[in-house]
Amino acid sequence: MTVVESPPENAGVPPPDDHEPTGVAEATPEFEQANERAKRRRGFLLALPAYAYLVIFFAVPLVIVAVYSFATRNRFRQAELRDFNLDSYRALGDDLVRAIVQRSLVLAIITTLICLVVAYPFAYFIATRPKAMRNALLVLVMIPFWTNFLVRNYAWYVILGTDGIFSRITEFIGIGETRLLFTQAAVVIGLVYGFLPFMILPLYAAIERIDSRLLEASRDLYASGFQSFRHVLLPLSMPGVVAGTILVFVPSLGAYVTPEILGGATTTLLGSHIVNQFFGASNVPLGAALSTVLMIVMLFATVVYFRRSGRTL
Amino acid sequence: MPGDSPTGEIPMVDDTPAVELHSVTKRFGDVVAVDAIDLAIADGEFFAMLGPSGCGKTTTLRMIAGLEFPTEGSLRIYGDEVGTLPPNKRPVNTVFQSYALFPHMTVLENVAFGLKMQKVDKSEARRRAGELIELVQLGGLDGRKPDQLSGGQQQRVALARALVNRPKVLLLDEPLGALDLKLRQEMQGELKTLQRELGVSFVFVTHDQEEALTMSDRIAVMHEGRLLQVGSAEELYARPTTRFVADFIGQTNLLDATVADPKTAVLANGARTAVENTLPSGTKVGLSVRPESIRLGEVGDAPVDAAVALPGIITEATYLGHSMVYAVSVDWMRLEVRSPDVAPDQRHTPGSAVDVWWERGVDHLVPIDDSVADSSVYDELDAIDASGLAQAIDT
Repeated sequence: MTVVESPPENAGVPPPDDHEPTGVAEATPEFEQANERAKRRRGFLLALPAYAYLVIFFAVPLVIVAVYSFATRNRFRQAELRDFNLDSYRALGDDLVRAIVQRSLVLAIITTLICLVVAYPFAYFIATRPKAMRNALLVLVMIPFWTNFLVRNYAWYVILGTDGIFSRITEFIGIGETRLLFTQAAVVIGLVYGFLPFMILPLYAAIERIDSRLLEASRDLYASGFQSFRHVLLPLSMPGVVAGTILVFVPSLGAYVTPEILGGATTTLLGSHIVNQFFGASNVPLGAALSTVLMIVMLFATVVYFRRSGRTL
Repeated sequence: MPGDSPTGEIPMVDDTPAVELHSVTKRFGDVVAVDAIDLAIADGEFFAMLGPSGCGKTTTLRMIAGLEFPTEGSLRIYGDEVGTLPPNKRPVNTVFQSYALFPHMTVLENVAFGLKMQKVDKSEARRRAGELIELVQLGGLDGRKPDQLSGGQQQRVALARALVNRPKVLLLDEPLGALDLKLRQEMQGELKTLQRELGVSFVFVTHDQEEALTMSDRIAVMHEGRLLQVGSAEELYARPTTRFVADFIGQTNLLDATVADPKTAVLANGARTAVENTLPSGTKVGLSVRPESIRLGEVGDAPVDAAVALPGIITEATYLGHSMVYAVSVDWMRLEVRSPDVAPDQRHTPGSAVDVWWERGVDHLVPIDDSVADSSVYDELDAIDASGLAQAIDT
């Protein structure tokens, strides 16, 4: 849950560095400095378990992946940590990889846009309800998390299949059965369904914080409903938009489970392709190189995105 | 009961009132926030709506602004029915409580917002916004964001942002509430001057009776969704028509009394006072006497022509610098008396026996409007035209 809740906090302008008592140090007596140091030490101790966990189970494996991306394969196609080279990175220029990256990008962008368009009005709706109802609606948004992600994807498998409800309805009204399963549309439907809450929650958090009187003031100052949205609500909710789009776009781009189940073999996406390198094709260095590049590009894009939106906020 | 709301007399400048409410009612679910209000605010008037929190004054203002729609009744601005028009279609602008400045815009962008929304030419908008920023003495702060301004400066931005649109009516919702005392008094003067210069009607909501008294041409006192009385500060102070108004506008002593005949009321201790009235004899009323209208002296000092003279004992004496406030216990109740300060050795001390009295004409009858047992009396009083009652008491 923390994954969902925390990004909106950081989504806006990074908080100014006022934690460091710069300039105060000379002015305060020594015991206050000592007190300050003790406080920082306490903070560090409290954060230590999380730090340790992240380093051991997150940073170290990432480094291992990065190292393997430069490895060579022996004749049994096993990766060996010797003769480090850039072969895997050269292989990223392949037409196949390029097509997969392109397809993944398009699907991730479409998924993000649909999530944004669907989630925004809903987040606004929740944020403008009375408090008790707001909480109830938020619980409803989170209910899907109580069921296993895989199970929910198989649920869509059933729904979108030729025996599923969509197909039944189209058959019933006489336009024949619908072939949704194993198409890119099915993947988008599944991804939107899966990641919508990650868009709704930060948007809600951002919109809920906006003083409703600002919207009233804009209407009072001759803004139409749309102008009020365009000039007041949207700019003020940008932190939520930024956080939500990142939270949806990033996992969509690397999605594996949903495309595997709903996309079938015809629509290989980045996530599946990487997995295939590690297991199917036994090209661990290529998989590692793909992962590393994907991660760096993502990181870079996120930072740029934050900075840019941070400035316009 | 639309007929019984005391609209008072409107000092007419123009024939068409700036704002006109006809039996306007606003209900939120079962709660009646505003109860059948009739009100006419004249062109160019500085009009205050005064009452305790929850009395419906802000809701009334929001209905004029278009931020709420009346459940019933008609609302006109310069003759045009605006009942359900959205706020952006009304020639009024609002200065919001705590200002509601757009935090992501500069001072200039805030002030120019209304013009931009109306698609006023950009350079023209800039010019007009600049003018207003000068007018509210914020020149040079155009590029600041609201959170870089002091409370008083934010207040001025809010004012400029509303006035730049040249509204026909400016609505102000407790605009000075967030300022400290000194700044508030300064802004009171400035608002008054600004209003006079621009000639725009100001409708001003406040719970601060002093603010209402010092700034407004007329004041409407509201209580529990109803309009109790409308009039100038002097009228409300000298001739309150209800117990609530008497109590809310300044402080007053309310003595239980009974109407004896059209010229006399009898106090609880049997003392008679001459107050003209049109009430049936036996009606229970309150007799309002302001603390500063009551005189205080040694026993036997009361002049023979005093309206009422009562023996009492000082129970408290408070020194306020320019005046002394005494609590005097008379037979059946406690009176508050305010008198100019005198030399320390001439002040009355707690425990001393005194005479209190007041002169003819300073006391007024007010209906007892907050007693369930006397509701029939209240209805009777209610039915009497308020101005008629005021005149009756006046003479």
